[in-house]
Amino acid sequence: MSATAKYWRIALGVAVIAALIIAPMNFNRYGLYILSQWAVMTIAAMGLNLTLGYAGQVSLAQGAFVGIGAYAAAIMTTQGMPLIAALGVAVVMCFAIGWILGYPALRVQHHYLAFVTLAFSTLAFLVFRNEDWLTKGIYGISNIPRPNVLGFATNRPLPFYYFCLGSLGIVSLAMWWLIRSPWGRAFVALRENPVRALSLGIDTRRYTLMAFAIGSALGGVAGTLYAPLTQYIDPVPFNLSLSLDLLMMVIVGGSGFFFGPFLGAMIAVLLPEWLRFTEGYYLMLYAVAVMLLLIYSPTGILGILDRYLSERRTKAASALRAVAKSRLETAP
Amino acid sequence: MSNLLDLLVAGLATGAIYALVAVGFTLLWQTSQTINFAQGEFVMLPAFLMLAVMHAGAPFWLAVILGILLSLLLLGLGFKLLLVDPMLRHGVLPLAIATMALAIGMKEAVKQFFSAEASPFPSIVPAGDVSILGRVVSLQSLGVLALAIAVVIGLTLLLNRTSIGHQMQATAQNPTVARIIGVPVERMILLTFLINAFLVALASLLITPIYLAKFSSGEVLGQAAFIAAIVGGFNQVRGAIAGGLLIGVVDNLAAAYVSTQYRAAVPLALLIIIILFRPQGLLGRPEERTV
Repeated sequence: MSATAKYWRIALGVAVIAALIIAPMNFNRYGLYILSQWAVMTIAAMGLNLTLGYAGQVSLAQGAFVGIGAYAAAIMTTQGMPLIAALGVAVVMCFAIGWILGYPALRVQHHYLAFVTLAFSTLAFLVFRNEDWLTKGIYGISNIPRPNVLGFATNRPLPFYYFCLGSLGIVSLAMWWLIRSPWGRAFVALRENPVRALSLGIDTRRYTLMAFAIGSALGGVAGTLYAPLTQYIDPVPFNLSLSLDLLMMVIVGGSGFFFGPFLGAMIAVLLPEWLRFTEGYYLMLYAVAVMLLLIYSPTGILGILDRYLSERRTKAASALRAVAKSRLETAP
Repeated sequence: MSNLLDLLVAGLATGAIYALVAVGFTLLWQTSQTINFAQGEFVMLPAFLMLAVMHAGAPFWLAVILGILLSLLLLGLGFKLLLVDPMLRHGVLPLAIATMALAIGMKEAVKQFFSAEASPFPSIVPAGDVSILGRVVSLQSLGVLALAIAVVIGLTLLLNRTSIGHQMQATAQNPTVARIIGVPVERMILLTFLINAFLVALASLLITPIYLAKFSSGEVLGQAAFIAAIVGGFNQVRGAIAGGLLIGVVDNLAAAYVSTQYRAAVPLALLIIIILFRPQGLLGRPEERTV
């Protein structure tokens, strides 16, 4: 990457962050709700991107982990405990369950793992719905308080949006560090060629479980933000279709790309709002758009960009080569 | 004891329908590595096609024939040409995700263009009961069971006894070698998609009178078929049949003997146990790990 391209990237990043902070200041309540939802879903999708995009394991249970996080937050904060305690419980629980759920991944091929996680997702939904003593069943848990962060109350939509955005920022930085750490490289090695990774001395068992567990824990983080965002939860949002939606977000944005989940969540959360004028047709249009996109570019939107950039780079390189060649030929 | 017998018959009847759906599912996987997450919606749609034809004033038998033909066209040919063919070379996962999107699209289309409410659907088996060995058994269960078994036997004969069946199996086992020895691989793959479309249309015809025609009815059915396919063996037609019957019976027994709340959990627990201890399925043969 040339120096100017690097500056452009940094400038673009700063502009986007500034826009995310400044633009929503005069949004209405609903607009802020949608943007907060985008931030929350991005965190969940980032977790799945680690599991799927970097470590290559298909999970259909991310929605269930969001549910576990949301219920942990709802149950604990309505009992008067702070949200940070709920966050700890959610992360530990999701990490542990993800670790255990990852075991089948060691034994079987990827599509079987998809079905194990699908089964888990449905089981989790049944527990949310049936264990009335804990989750209040189909009546749901209402009046979930929003937290005080560093002494600031986040009851109003705008502060809560900043809370979500800040959490997204922290998670993004952690993820950025993780995928550049030796662990992240091991995850990619695992996806690209598990046998080679093993022969290079990577403990593939441990890293497979680790990728799965960390990804699941991020689902839990998203859940602990989701509960105070909606302030009311019942089992319905955490059924299988949330897991499928999250999987589609990752694939549509571009799995294995750092910014894939940001883009995928944006499309999944915002596109239906933009298509609202089509009334009942918007989900249909969304489905058709996803299919067309995947037919055109199976690596998602960032896949298109990546292809375009690498083509340009190849062209630039061959132009340089042509110049060099003609110089060589004209040289005496 | 007598109650158990009723449960078994009812379980086998639903299980036979699951088996039809699961067989189609495994056929698609074997010949073209397609994991069809829209398989449940594929069962939901033909009933609505038939209802639409009936709304246009056609008699039931004509609606059934046209419905099956439309299914072959849309869910067989259309699905293969428009979605599977362009995506297959990109691997298993993008196609699987695309079928999830297809499932959403189909559900929404039915909800939007037809109805969000459940519609009644006429049964091809006359209502009523017969008594066998002093037991009263519903004619519908028996009819469903008989028809499903007939189809499964027909399919097994097609696959094992005819030249076309052998060519299809060759295509499933090793497309490259099959092509070398002169099997028209492309035509065989198309044939499996058409067979799948026929099976789901038939399953739709059999199950919709029991559970009513509803846009969301594919979700439960699709999941049951996945579980049946995996429990029985992802790569074996007879595995899918056995898995379907087993899941049907287990489902019905669970409804009677386990709490209704956790009834749905029993087949899932079975699935997890099978995957952990016998991942190739009860009747499947182990697949080599692709590296």
